Amino acid sequence: MQISTFKKVFLGLLLALPLATFASDESDTKADKKFDPNEMIMHHVKDAHEFHIIDNKDKPISIPLPIILWTDNGLVSFMSSEFHHDDEGKVVVEKEGSRFVKYHEKIFQLEEGATALLFDEKHNPTNASKPLDFSITRNVFMMWVSVLVLLFIFISAARVYKKSDSKVPTGIAGFVEPLIVFVRDEIARPMIGEHKYKKYMPYLLTIFFFIWINNIFGLIPILNGANLSGNIAFTLTLAVFTFIITTFSGNKNYWKHIFWMPGVPVPMKLFLMPIELIGIFTKPISLMIRLFANITAGHIIILALMSLIFIFETVWVSPISVLFSLFITVIEIVVTAIQAYIFTILSALYFGMATEEEHH
Amino acid sequence: MDLVQPGFGLVFWTAITFLILLFILRKFAWRPILGAVSEREESIKSALQSAEEAKKEMQNLQADNERILKEARAERDALLKEARELKDGIISDAKEQAKAEGDKMLKQAQAAIESEKKAAVAEIKAQVATLSVDIAEKVIKEELSDKTKQLKLVEDMLGDIKLN
Repeated sequence: MQISTFKKVFLGLLLALPLATFASDESDTKADKKFDPNEMIMHHVKDAHEFHIIDNKDKPISIPLPIILWTDNGLVSFMSSEFHHDDEGKVVVEKEGSRFVKYHEKIFQLEEGATALLFDEKHNPTNASKPLDFSITRNVFMMWVSVLVLLFIFISAARVYKKSDSKVPTGIAGFVEPLIVFVRDEIARPMIGEHKYKKYMPYLLTIFFFIWINNIFGLIPILNGANLSGNIAFTLTLAVFTFIITTFSGNKNYWKHIFWMPGVPVPMKLFLMPIELIGIFTKPISLMIRLFANITAGHIIILALMSLIFIFETVWVSPISVLFSLFITVIEIVVTAIQAYIFTILSALYFGMATEEEHH
Repeated sequence: MDLVQPGFGLVFWTAITFLILLFILRKFAWRPILGAVSEREESIKSALQSAEEAKKEMQNLQADNERILKEARAERDALLKEARELKDGIISDAKEQAKAEGDKMLKQAQAAIESEKKAAVAEIKAQVATLSVDIAEKVIKEELSDKTKQLKLVEDMLGDIKLN
């Protein structure tokens, strides 16, 4: 019974896939463009100014997002649909006396008198400047969606406790509570210590669930891999928060261990000082790179496996591609939780090191 | 590669969003949830503790009961033993006393019997003496009425003396 169901699904996949390749073949020939996996993967992994969902007969269907720019003339904002899905710097949008083009998901402000983007040999624009881009990009949009989901989940969980006098977790609180208790008992308590962990609980909980939910959102295909937690800007910001909290909660003992390591001879103290000083910064940098690299790598692998079909231009690769990317996706689901856990536990560990009391 | 170049806009929005999220969740989610959880843990802990205390108290009570019971039993045993000893003492005392009394009475009786016997024997002796004197008088009167007989008697008596 189970086998036959599996066979049906498998056959269905095999039958459906040629149609898909047909369609893409058609569009490729129309656009007279060879499939470039690198471009496709980078497009998915990086941020974008519009929410591209699917191509319908070579016409992209997408949700336009607001573009907000800080230029010399002040704040300028317009919808990304005004570029008409152009990403090659060909469509010029004129707003508040300035002209803007979008080239490779970057907004350029053309200089006075210029009507089109000009490049030098290294494909760097010569007649345009980059204004500060505060646009609500795909990632920002998804971040806000994730925030709404988080607020909904946890505030309704909190309401369960307020309602019931017995404080018995029911409904969504029953799902959320073990996770919160896990963060408290497996991350905060052992890493920071019984006396000080309470102060850091809100930060650790927020960071854990914020990273986790965005890791998960990144895996949902229809959201087109809004790869927020695999974006270095996102991981950088969170790592900087951890760095700031660690530095400001560092006590005398912490700084003594950095500048004048107790318990070792003087030459060793002098030798360790620069190493420990660099260590202050390498810790958050490792946090930043670990999350970014893990999530991005997962996305790249899945997309690369899918690209195999189009690279070999044969449908017979599709079972392998589908099975392997399914396999990787399942691993990625585990990775979403693991990376959120690692980021949180290492943050907690750094806080614990910063607040550890002397006990030699 | 701009894959590893953090975009300023995203950094900006992430920082603002994260801080707002942290603030709201701390106030409206983490505090009530963690408070409720720790409150429940406290109540469980105190309930367990009071149960433990009740158990201990129960054990104490039981031990007390046991001890009191034991004491009562020991007291009873002691009382019984004392009573038995007392009884035995009384009985043996009575026995001894009875025996002494009996002995005394027996001795008195014996002494009385002895003296009575002596008196009786003395009386019999006296009576026998008078009787035998009387008889002897009569016999002698009879015997000595005849001369031959007198002589024979003397002879017999002399013969007896010789034999003696």
